[in-house]
Amino acid sequence: MIYVVVGSGPAGVVATEQLRKLDPLANITLIGAEPEPPYSRMAIPYYLTSKIDESGTYLRKQASHFENYKVDVVRQRVTSIDTELNRLITDDGQVRRYDKLLIATGASPVVPPVPGIDSPGVHNCWTLADAREIVKLAKPGASVVLMGAGFIGCIILESLALREVNLTVVEMENRMVPRMMNDVSGNMIKSWCEQKGVDVHTSTRADSIEQLSGGKLRVSLSTGQSIDADLVISATGVAPNMDFAADSGLQIDQGIVVNDYLQTSDADIYAAGDVCQGKDFNTGEYAVQAIQPTAVEHAKVAATNMVRGHRTEHVGNVNMNVLDTLGLVSASFGMWMGVPGGDSTELVNEDEHKYLSLQFQDDILVGASSLGLTQHVGVLRGLIQSKTRLGAWKEKLMKDPMRIMEAYLACSQSQVGVA
Amino acid sequence: MAWTRQILRVNLTDGTCIAEPLNMDWANQYLGQRGLATRYLVDEIDPKCDALGPHNKMIMATGPLTGTMASTGGRYSVITKSPLTGGVACSNSGGFFGAELKSAGWDMIIFEGVSPRPVYLNIVNEVATLEDASEIWGKTCWETEELLHVAHQEPQMRIASVGRSAEAGCLFSAIVNDLHRAAGRSGVGTVMASKNLKAVSVRGTLGVGNIKDPVRFMESVTAGKKVLAENAVTGEGLPALGTQVLMNVINEVGAMPTRNMQEVQFEGAHKISGEAMLEPRASDGKPNLTRNGGCFACTISCGRISTVDRQHFSVKDKPQYWGNSGGLEYEAAWALGSDTGVDDLDALTYVNFICNEDGMDPITFGATVAAAMELYEAGSITKQQTDGVELKFGSAEALCWAVEQSAVSAGFGADLNLGSKRLCEKYGRPEMSMTVKGQEFPAYDPRGIQGMGLAYATSNRGACHLRGYTVSAEVLGVPEKMDPLATEGKAGLVKAFQDATAAVDSAGLCVFTTFAWTLDDISPQIDSACDGDWSPERLVEVGERIWQLERDFNMKAGLTGADDTLPDRLLKDAAKSGPAKGKVCELGNMLPEYYQLRGWTPDGSLTPETRSKFGLPA
Amino acid sequence: MQKSLNIDPAKCTGCLQCEMACSLENEGIFNTSKSRIKVFTFHEEGKFVPYTCTQCDEAWCMHACPVDAIVVNAATGSKDVVADLCVGCKVCTIACPFGTVNYNADSGKVVKCDLCGGDPQCVAACPTDAITYVDANATGLDKMRQWAGKTDTTVGG
Repeated sequence: MIYVVVGSGPAGVVATEQLRKLDPLANITLIGAEPEPPYSRMAIPYYLTSKIDESGTYLRKQASHFENYKVDVVRQRVTSIDTELNRLITDDGQVRRYDKLLIATGASPVVPPVPGIDSPGVHNCWTLADAREIVKLAKPGASVVLMGAGFIGCIILESLALREVNLTVVEMENRMVPRMMNDVSGNMIKSWCEQKGVDVHTSTRADSIEQLSGGKLRVSLSTGQSIDADLVISATGVAPNMDFAADSGLQIDQGIVVNDYLQTSDADIYAAGDVCQGKDFNTGEYAVQAIQPTAVEHAKVAATNMVRGHRTEHVGNVNMNVLDTLGLVSASFGMWMGVPGGDSTELVNEDEHKYLSLQFQDDILVGASSLGLTQHVGVLRGLIQSKTRLGAWKEKLMKDPMRIMEAYLACSQSQVGVA
Repeated sequence: MAWTRQILRVNLTDGTCIAEPLNMDWANQYLGQRGLATRYLVDEIDPKCDALGPHNKMIMATGPLTGTMASTGGRYSVITKSPLTGGVACSNSGGFFGAELKSAGWDMIIFEGVSPRPVYLNIVNEVATLEDASEIWGKTCWETEELLHVAHQEPQMRIASVGRSAEAGCLFSAIVNDLHRAAGRSGVGTVMASKNLKAVSVRGTLGVGNIKDPVRFMESVTAGKKVLAENAVTGEGLPALGTQVLMNVINEVGAMPTRNMQEVQFEGAHKISGEAMLEPRASDGKPNLTRNGGCFACTISCGRISTVDRQHFSVKDKPQYWGNSGGLEYEAAWALGSDTGVDDLDALTYVNFICNEDGMDPITFGATVAAAMELYEAGSITKQQTDGVELKFGSAEALCWAVEQSAVSAGFGADLNLGSKRLCEKYGRPEMSMTVKGQEFPAYDPRGIQGMGLAYATSNRGACHLRGYTVSAEVLGVPEKMDPLATEGKAGLVKAFQDATAAVDSAGLCVFTTFAWTLDDISPQIDSACDGDWSPERLVEVGERIWQLERDFNMKAGLTGADDTLPDRLLKDAAKSGPAKGKVCELGNMLPEYYQLRGWTPDGSLTPETRSKFGLPA
Repeated sequence: MQKSLNIDPAKCTGCLQCEMACSLENEGIFNTSKSRIKVFTFHEEGKFVPYTCTQCDEAWCMHACPVDAIVVNAATGSKDVVADLCVGCKVCTIACPFGTVNYNADSGKVVKCDLCGGDPQCVAACPTDAITYVDANATGLDKMRQWAGKTDTTVGG
C-alpha cells in the first residue's frame, strides 16, 4: 500500500504516524513545500521572543523521528494531482503514485487589496522564513504597523512588544480578534493593549502603503492618519492552500469538501487540517476551522479511515481557540456567540480585564468565551463535547459562571456524588 | 525566615495602602501573629483611646508558620482594642483566609483611621486597593462572599467580612472568613465596621517559602502530623465528634454552666452533644453532622459541617438554610444550648448559622440571651421589650427570634447587642451578667474546674477558655491529670498554659494541637522554619513576654487588679449538683500566688523588674 | 502493573495538605495556587473533591501539543510536560476536556500531574487516605475513562 501525505504541518505529521501505527508495512511519503524539518506555526511567536530557537518549533524533536517511522520526507511543492491515475506531480517534475492520498496542505496568508502591499518591508508572519525577516527589521525603537488584529496578529504582539518596537495595530472590524471574541471582550483586549502602550485602531483600514526614501513605509489609514513604519506585518487572515487541486476535479468550496469520513469527492483522497472543510461539532455544518486540535483530530480520523475503511466517523470538532495577547489569555469554545433560543450568562470586570460568558441550549453548554481564565479552562470543551445535561447546576452557573469546574465535577463525575 | 517580612499599612482616612518592612527585632522577641501584632498595637495606639473611634487600629496578622504545611498552620488573628472589654482584643481564626494573606506576601495588615465611606480592601499579591463597598454594605457575610467572588471572577479568592450586626454596632460582632470561620470574640468585627471597612478579599499566588532549613522543617512537620494522628483526642475524638466531644464529658464532671450559670449540669446535654449530632433524624434519616472539615493544613479536622432539619420550624420556609454549613462547636452548643436551657439541636444549628451569616460571636450572643432570659424570668424585662415573645429559659422559639433580632439589631436585638454586662446594667441587675472584664464566659464552670476560674479572671481579653485551657490537665489529663476541684498548683498551671498558648498562637498554629503536641513537638517546626533560636525554653520566654505585654496594655488602658475577678455567683453561690456540689470557685486561694509567679505587685501591677526582665516598652 | 491515583472524596476533609505537598515537590514552595491537584469545595453539599489528571489513554493534551512537549513516561504511564520544550501556547489547556492541564503565567509554561515520577507526594501528605496510589484496575479510574470516551471524537475502530 502506498500512502502519500501532502503537507508537513501538524495534520500531515500526525497522519503519517497514525498510518504507520495501523499499517506497519505500508510505503508512506510525507511531502512538504518548506525547506525546514516539519515545524509548528504555533511556535513562531515564541521563536520571535527568542524563548526558543528554530529547532524549538519542530513538530518532532528527534532528528531520526521520520526515519524511525519509516516515513520518506520529500521537500517539494505539489503542483497538480491526477485523480484518474492516482498520481501527483511535484515542483521538480517528479511523478508519484499513491493508493491513498491525504491532502493536508494547510493555509496561507491572504494578500489584502492594498496598494503597495508588495513593497519591501511588508511581511506576513506565517513561515519561519517570514519570522527571520521580522526578527531582522523589528529592532528596538523601530516603528511597526500590524495590519489585522486577528489570532495571528494578537499572538505576535507580545514578541513585538518584547522587541521594544513602537507598535500600531490596524483592524478593520470594531474590536480585536473578532472571530473569537464578541464586542465586549474584543474591546477589553483592545483596552488591555492600549494600556500596554500599543496604538490600536479598530474600524480602520489601511488604504495604501507608500515607499519613502530611506527605506521607511508610509501607511495611510482610512481615518486620514498616516504612520511611517520600518516594518509592516500583514496578518489579515489565511485561506486554504488548494490551488494545486484546482484542475483535479475535487469538489472545492471554502476548503476541500469532505464527507463524514474526511474523504473528498475522490474515493482515494482524504483531507485534513486547515485545508479541509470538515464538520463542526456544534453546528453540524462543514467549515474550515484552521486550528491545531482540529488538524490533529482530522489527521487521526482520516488516516484511520484510509487504512481500515470507513469505520470511524468524524463527529465534528468543537471550534476553539486560546490566545495570549500581551499576557492577557483569552479562549473561546463552540457557539461562543450564542444560539437562537438559548440562554446565556456573562461576567464582566473591565478593571481587571476578566470576562466569562457561557452559552446554553436548554441545560447543555454549547459555547463559552473567557478573558483571564487559565485554570481548568479545558472543562469548557469537556462539557460542550460531552453534551452533559447540567440540570440544577445550570441555574447556579447562570448566577456565577465561574463555578464551571464545580458544575463539571458534579454533573460528569458521578462518583463525586454531588450531582 | 518564614516571615514574608512585609506588612501592609492601610490608612482608611486617606485611602492609602503602603508596604513597609516587618520589624525583625520585634519578630525575634514576639514571633508573629498575636504577639508581634500586639507589639505593633502597643507602639501605635493610645491604650485609652475609644475602641470604636478613629484612633484605634486593627491588625490582621499571620504567624511564621501560617501558610506552610505544618499541621494547622493556617491561622491568623485580629488584634485591636476591644469595645467590649476596653482591653486588648486578639481573636484567632482558622479557615483559609490567613494562609491566603500570607501567600499574597503579607505578614500582617495594619488598618488605621476611618474611611469616609464604606470600602473593602482587595489584595492580589503585592497589589492592594481600597474599593467602593456600597454594593456589599448592608449585606450578610455570606452574601458578601458571593458578591465579591462574582465581581472579581476569582473562585479562589478568600474573604473576611463583617455582617449586618457589626454595621449596626453590635458590641460582640465577629469577623467571618470562609463563610463559617470567625475571629469571633471581643467585638473585633465591631471595630472593623466602625472603620467603614466591610471586607478584606485576598488572592495570593506567591506562596510561602523562605524556610530556613526545608529538609528539617519537613521532617519535623511529618513527625508532628504523626503525633496528632496517633493521639486519641486529635486523631480520633476531634475528627469524629469535633470539640463537641466535650459536651457529655464536661456535663459529667459538673462543670457545665447552665441557665446563665445558675446550675452546673444540664439535663438536656445529651440531646445537643457531639454524639447526638451523629444520630439520624426522625424526619429524613440524616444526621445533623454531614462530615468533618479541616481548616488550611489541618490534619485534625475538628470542623463540623451540618444541616438543619428542613422540617424544623426555624428553616421550614427558608430554603436558603437547607444546605450544609458550619455546624456546632462545643462553645457555641453550650452558649446557645445549655446556657439558655435549650436542648433543640436543630434550633442551635440554625442559630449558629445565623451567627456565622451575620457575624455574631455565638458565645457572647448565647450568654447574653441567657442573661436576658434570667432578667425576663425575674420580671426586669417584660413582653413590652420583647415584642410579646416569651423569653424563657428553654424556649427554642425565643432563641431563634433573638438571633434574628440581633443579626439586624432590630427591636430588642439592639439591647442584646450591648452584650450581657451593659444589658444587665441597663435593666438594673448587673449581678446577672456572667462576664469578666465585660466579656462573657465560655463553657466551663469554674466551680467544677477551679483552674479555669483563675484563667478566666486573669485572661487578658476577658472571660475566655483559649488563653489558658487548663481543662486539658484538670479534666482530660493532658499533659498530666490534676484534680479539678483542688486549687493547689493551679496558679503555676494557669501561667504555664497561658505562656505556651501565647507562643503557639503567635506561630500561626492552632491551640488544639496542644492536646497532643508539647513544645518539644512544636519547637522544631518553628526553629527549622524561622531564623533565630526557637527552643522550647525560648518559646516559653516569648510566650510570657507576650502575656506581660498584653497585661501592660490593659493596665495602661485603665484596667486594674480589681478587674481580675469573677461574678459573685461563681464565688459565692455553691454548685447545686454533680461532683462539685457545694463548691464555689476559690479564686482567692489562687490569685495571690499567680501574681507572685507573674512578678506583679499584690494589686496586680507589673513591677519595674518584670518590665525590664521582658524588655517591655515604656 | 501500572499504578494510578485513587481519589475517594468521601474521605477528604479539604485541608489542602495535598496541594501544598504538590507545590513543594514541583515548585519548591508552599503554594496551593501552583498545585497540580486541586480540592474543590461543595459548600452546600458538604463535600470536598480532590481532582487531578487521570493520565487518560486518549492523552488529548499530548496529541494537541504542537511542539512534542508532552510525552508518555514509560515507567508510570503518566503524560509529562517537558518544560524545556513547552513554549506556553496553551493549546493543551483547551484540548484537555478534564481541565487538568493549566497554564502557569509565572513560568510561561503549562503544568500537569506527573505522578511525581512514581512517588506522588499528595498521597504521602494526605492525612485521611482520601488519595492513594494503587493498582490501576482497582480504582474508579475506569469510570472516569468511560466519561473520557464520551468526549472522544476520533476513536471508533
